[in-house]
Amino acid sequence: MIKFRQIGQISAAIFGLAIGAAAPLMAEDLKIGLAAEPSAMDPHFHNLTPNNALLSHIFERLVETDPAGKLVPGLAESWKVLDGNIWEFKLRAGVKWHDGAPFTADDVVFTFERAPNVPNSPSSFASSIKGKTLKKIDDLTIQVSTPAPAPLLPTELTNLLIVSKKSGDGAKTEDYNSGKAAVGTGPFKFGSFVPGDKIEMVKNPDYWGTKAAYDKVTFKPIKAGPARVAALLAGDVDIIDDVPTADIERLKKEPKISLSQGVSNRVIYFHMDQFREETPFIKAKDGSAIKNPLRDKRVRLALSKAINRDAIVSRVMEGVALPAGQFLADQFFGVSAKVKPVPFDLEGAKKLLTEAGFPNGFKMTLHGPNGRYTNDVKIAEAVAQMLTRLGIETSIETLPPAVFFTRASAGAAGLPEFSFILVGWSSDTSETSGSLKPLVGTFDKDKGTGTANRGRYSNAQVDQLTADALATVDDVKRAALLSQAVELAMDDVAIIPSHYPINTWGAKKGLKIAARSNEYTLVMGVTKD
Amino acid sequence: MSIAEAPIAAKPKAVVETPFRRFASEYLESRVAAFALGLMMVLIGLAVLAPWITPQNPYDLAQVDVLDSRLPPGTKSSGNYTHWLGTDGAGRDLLSAMIYGLRISLIVGVMSGLIAMIVGTAVGMTAAYTGGRVENLIMRIVDLQLSFPAILLALMLIAVLGKGIDKIIIALVTVQWAYYARTVRGTALVEARKEYVEAARCLGLSSPRILFKHILPNCIAPLIVVATVQTAHAIALEATLSFLGVGLPQTEPSLGLLISNGFEYMLSGKYWISFFPGLVLLVTIVAINLVGDQLRDVLNPRLKR
Amino acid sequence: MTAFVLRRLTQSIGVVFVMSLIVFFGVHVVGDPVYMLINPQADQKDIEAAIKALGLDRPIWEQYWHFLTGALRGDLGRSFIFGESALKVIVQRMPATIELALTAVTMAVVFGIPLGLYAGLKPEGVFSKIIMAGSIVGFSLPTFWVGLMLIMVFAVILGWLPSTGRGETATYLGITSSLFTLNGLSHILLPALNLALLKISLVIRLTRAGTREAIHQDYIKFARAKGLSNRRVVGVHLLKNILIPVVTVLGLEFGNLVAFSVVTETIFSWPGMGKLLIQAIQSLDRPVIVAYLILIVLMFVVINLVVDVLYSILDPRVRLGEGSA
Repeated sequence: MIKFRQIGQISAAIFGLAIGAAAPLMAEDLKIGLAAEPSAMDPHFHNLTPNNALLSHIFERLVETDPAGKLVPGLAESWKVLDGNIWEFKLRAGVKWHDGAPFTADDVVFTFERAPNVPNSPSSFASSIKGKTLKKIDDLTIQVSTPAPAPLLPTELTNLLIVSKKSGDGAKTEDYNSGKAAVGTGPFKFGSFVPGDKIEMVKNPDYWGTKAAYDKVTFKPIKAGPARVAALLAGDVDIIDDVPTADIERLKKEPKISLSQGVSNRVIYFHMDQFREETPFIKAKDGSAIKNPLRDKRVRLALSKAINRDAIVSRVMEGVALPAGQFLADQFFGVSAKVKPVPFDLEGAKKLLTEAGFPNGFKMTLHGPNGRYTNDVKIAEAVAQMLTRLGIETSIETLPPAVFFTRASAGAAGLPEFSFILVGWSSDTSETSGSLKPLVGTFDKDKGTGTANRGRYSNAQVDQLTADALATVDDVKRAALLSQAVELAMDDVAIIPSHYPINTWGAKKGLKIAARSNEYTLVMGVTKD
Repeated sequence: MSIAEAPIAAKPKAVVETPFRRFASEYLESRVAAFALGLMMVLIGLAVLAPWITPQNPYDLAQVDVLDSRLPPGTKSSGNYTHWLGTDGAGRDLLSAMIYGLRISLIVGVMSGLIAMIVGTAVGMTAAYTGGRVENLIMRIVDLQLSFPAILLALMLIAVLGKGIDKIIIALVTVQWAYYARTVRGTALVEARKEYVEAARCLGLSSPRILFKHILPNCIAPLIVVATVQTAHAIALEATLSFLGVGLPQTEPSLGLLISNGFEYMLSGKYWISFFPGLVLLVTIVAINLVGDQLRDVLNPRLKR
Repeated sequence: MTAFVLRRLTQSIGVVFVMSLIVFFGVHVVGDPVYMLINPQADQKDIEAAIKALGLDRPIWEQYWHFLTGALRGDLGRSFIFGESALKVIVQRMPATIELALTAVTMAVVFGIPLGLYAGLKPEGVFSKIIMAGSIVGFSLPTFWVGLMLIMVFAVILGWLPSTGRGETATYLGITSSLFTLNGLSHILLPALNLALLKISLVIRLTRAGTREAIHQDYIKFARAKGLSNRRVVGVHLLKNILIPVVTVLGLEFGNLVAFSVVTETIFSWPGMGKLLIQAIQSLDRPVIVAYLILIVLMFVVINLVVDVLYSILDPRVRLGEGSA
């Protein structure tokens, strides 16, 4: 029986109605279903994962990362630190832009000028450029200097896609979206961008590195998880990202599907109000006001002990997560080997709570977003159950992210509004400094520390160790400082880590896609077997 | 004599026939409708008696354990009873959660449907009868309301008031009254220009009397069609809002929220998580509609033969 | 008639104004879009810079005034998410949604009216009972559930139709649509059916109710008494009268389909306006939400106008502008 879909394709090809179906027979195409929709083809418009990942196919960076998050050469062949404050980058010779022009230091200089200044950008790249002064030495050498030693400078450049000066001069976001300015050096060239529908890219036959294995790649945003899985099962797409945890068990048994998994650089954790004498969402069981129990370390530890991380991992995350004891999973830079996930110990927790003066517990509301993190609502529910067993009458309120994040960060009076929240954090530098500084660093606008410190935890020692680490170029010493800071913060129960999610990609049989810790879905990581 | 007496003897019985009895017997003429009414009674009974008949109180977090999550139907629970219909993703006993959920769905559907119908009918009738500026104003508000997406409304309500059953009812009423208003006005407009209304006016009957005694009964048929559809729709819309994350609180799920929670399991083979709540929702709505259909037929003056 | 139409359009300006006001301030109350859009790694100064870049640092009244003056020049602002003109972002996605809505309404009419007529004319028939029971099922189940079931059955299990997305488009008479290619049609069937199910049920029920009522009325009895053929009685006299509620409802429903096919478009990743709206609402992309709803208000005003005009054509007893309307 000929299926309707095939009839459609055959006749479309016969009548020449469709461009896609009329492609040469030998051409190898790849279709990818994405969970999140990229918003623009301008690599400097919106500094967010879906855009940064997608545009990595067309544009490239000076420094790239491998799937595990380690630095590898990109458009820069090599780099070294001259003295603590100056880094020198040797650019790759013989690289050509898609329009044939050669890639030189001028393009890098142009990129540094353009990236922080894209108008109307809702999340600009100014943070990647900040404090860096660029100097062109010759066509293939640049030097970047900073006011203080910057060990993470190459890492920070892994976020910045280099654009062509020739095409990009004066170009607006619209010009990139139309493809006019979307000229890169990457393995793929811009094909078409239909917002909300699809993004098409074609092979760059003149690519300097390993040439793409596909002539045409189509990215389709498919937001609903089950629909994405259905599209893969139906063969409408070849690869999908963000496979819902509920479907993994079944897909593992499916002979025509292969999965790849990797731990992400994200931690799901609980932040606690530690700065208010009385916190708005904790009351005594009779409803009367009590002083904020979360300021007592024993209470925080009791809560942590009452959370059964193994149950969350096995029952809520269906096995695709690791129990968490700190900010990042074991293989990342700057973690502490000494810090283990707090074991589930309900009796110990009850004892601690009694010691802290709350033998009968209290009443608390747990706030969380719905639909921001994998299974976020279910995690909140499970933890509410666990805390209720501890004697803390916990109700949950999961809010749409649009409502939740404003209130959790700057609600009434510009302060974090909630008492106990479920949130997630990924360290984009894949080392613990990227978590310590924003999450548990003292909230300080001028220093830029504690940006996401919604509990306002503050420990001068942790701050100092983090700052020292961020000025230490030597990797071994930096790692030691960071792990020390991690140990201090975790000993204080500054946050309660729950688990590290494992990301899952699905591909049709015969394909395999590299699981990347930064959650990027890259065609360059697709292999055939 | 005896021939003449028989009817007279029968007469007292006929006198006892109250309007309600007549209505009831007309309603029960259809066996399907009678069955639907019975079914509805059972469902309402279940909903009312929920705390006494369910093995678990799904709202009490101390009774729900995530370790029991996603158990297939018929599994023994850690609490030493059997989950006849399995458990959902949070470990709730599905049977208990569904009976409690039925209660919430019925409250949400019926309350919002009823309030919206009363508001909408009043507004629509007023518009049709008064005409002029008032009608213009009302109908422009209807335009405005119909163009306002339920999800945005629900999101605003959550931002200001938080989540809750009452908020969902407010959202649904706000979304739905305009449909009633629009339908009633449309029909009433036709009726108001009919001869019998003119005649009533000539007789000097008061406006409210004409409105309620003469025009309203003639609007009932389309109104009940809209009402049954909209009540069902309200229950489904609540599910959709929950699906979009702006619905009811997670720990006190309605049938719709249970279905929407089960959405992610639909491809995974754990069919029961969304199938059973879906089935109950279907049965409930079918029952409401069958009852509504028969009511419409019985109440409609123009269907009287 | 012209005066009536003109007056109605003038009133709509007021409606549009009120709508923009409600949405503008309503979205402001919900939250700050910057927290949704900005890279979580950004520090406090980056956040402030982004708030400034989007013009959100100024008082809300000033922002509204800025919007209003822009709107009078035809500029409804720039999307926060896409950085392009909000109007352009919406209009780009309009054809996909309109073709979906048209297909769904066509399905509703093609299936709904004949089935409803049949059920109304033969209310006791077994087939009628099946139709009515089926129509209840049609609107009992949530759209998202039915949508995924359709994908599962027709795309995954049977493999007859594509699961998601819009098919290839072709241009015919200056209109670019996926309705002109077979591939496009195969893509539109499932989402259109998903949307149409509820509308089919609605049309069936309205048609049946109208029919049952009308067959007892004098003009039908009279038409029959005059010896007109059954076909003419049903096809002309009956249909014309029961069409009034059907047209009213379908008009509104068409508007609804264009405006709020949010769930279906999300499940089927249909690149239309509904998917855009939900994305805009979830990220608080205020310029897009405001522009979108202004367009929708205008559309509903026009639809209601058309419905009212059709009323007067279908039912001569209704006269437009008669001391009212």
